[in-house]
Amino acid sequence: MTRAMTCIGCPRGCRLEIEADGTRVISVAGHQCPRGEKYARQEIEAPMRTLTTSVLTRGLELKMLPVRTSKPIPKEKLFETMAAVKRIVVSSPVKAGAVVATDFLGLGVDLVACRPLEKV
Amino acid sequence: MRERELVIVGGGPAGMAAALAARAAGVEDVLLLERDQHLGGILNQCIHPGFGLHHFKTELTGPEYADRFASQVKEEQGIEVSLRSFVVKLTNDRRLTYLRPGAVEEIKAGAVILATGCRERTREMIQIPGSRPAGVYPAGLAQKMVNMEGWIPGREAVIVGSGDIGLIMARRMALEGVKVRGVIEIQKTSRGLVRNVVQCLEDYGIPLYFQHRISRIHGADRVEKVDVVRVDDEFKDIPGTGFELACDTVLVSVGLIPENELLEMAGAEIDRASNTPVAAGVNLTSVPGVFACGNACKVYDLVDWVTRDSELAGKMAAGYLGKK
Repeated sequence: MTRAMTCIGCPRGCRLEIEADGTRVISVAGHQCPRGEKYARQEIEAPMRTLTTSVLTRGLELKMLPVRTSKPIPKEKLFETMAAVKRIVVSSPVKAGAVVATDFLGLGVDLVACRPLEKV
Repeated sequence: MRERELVIVGGGPAGMAAALAARAAGVEDVLLLERDQHLGGILNQCIHPGFGLHHFKTELTGPEYADRFASQVKEEQGIEVSLRSFVVKLTNDRRLTYLRPGAVEEIKAGAVILATGCRERTREMIQIPGSRPAGVYPAGLAQKMVNMEGWIPGREAVIVGSGDIGLIMARRMALEGVKVRGVIEIQKTSRGLVRNVVQCLEDYGIPLYFQHRISRIHGADRVEKVDVVRVDDEFKDIPGTGFELACDTVLVSVGLIPENELLEMAGAEIDRASNTPVAAGVNLTSVPGVFACGNACKVYDLVDWVTRDSELAGKMAAGYLGKK
């Protein structure tokens, strides 16, 4: 079975042609860099996405702290992860890259701060 | 009146890159004026990934990209950052007036770089008929509300325009539990990046209606629904193709307008259609010693190119100031 998809690895958005047998990739064409082939294989086997969102803060200089998962997570876990993120409130100052929650939902990824925030 | 060597208006990606590049090119005294309480500009609300693949060779979120520059700017002794500072006047001999908490300052600059970014086009500018209820927002404003203030603007949304901000907000609203009824695009193709159509709409099953427009917004106090109609190649409504989408929120993502009021005040020539400076090349204006960079100069789709060109603006200003 041949499938067409657009690589989301970078803004170039290469059009990929993937020959696959179920979730087993036979060949990938159309990519202009190694990220494309990696993306195509991952997308066929188990689609992954990096989640970025904001969490509430208390007593810090901005009301929300932007955060991201340290690595991509399974696409079907996005909404479950969002629900869990909504329960977090950050009240201590953070540096960019600081871990806000470790091994989030047992997915093996951390939730990390995308910017520094000081106390008010 | 105090004299400063180089004054940069705007502490977003363009202003920060220009400031650092000007310092590197030998400018000793840089004053960076930012109206917000933080450096970073619009990147602070662009919490999605996709930034820095060219400049840093790694994928960053907007705040991460901004932080890399803000940290360098803060380390740099020759750059004075003045936050909550809003420039209200610029003359053609480079005198600036700005407000900061508790004071009005007047300074004379050897050179000026305007890195003032863009504003969003609004509902009024595309003339969507109908009532004027609450619930119609420029998409970038909604982005700030959701990402920085923690307010969700509504429960069911329709997005007008498939530029990158509209697409990114479709995903963002969907992730926040808002039912996104669809993205309405009058053109045949999206003005946004293909990757955003894929990862923001297809991932979330959000319909994208090409060659459609909103013909009316309904609602007394709050948006209740919109009428959508298909248009032909001349953008004329095709009779019998109309349908309704129930929603309480309409996000308008129909392009950006460079913010060049200060430049206009200084008497520079401005292209009325694009609101960009008329000049011989990128970063230049028709006023000697006044440069414009980033989205104020032209609308960019990638911040990496804003950084690249704004670094050039910093060097050009240094050259104007007689630095080698």
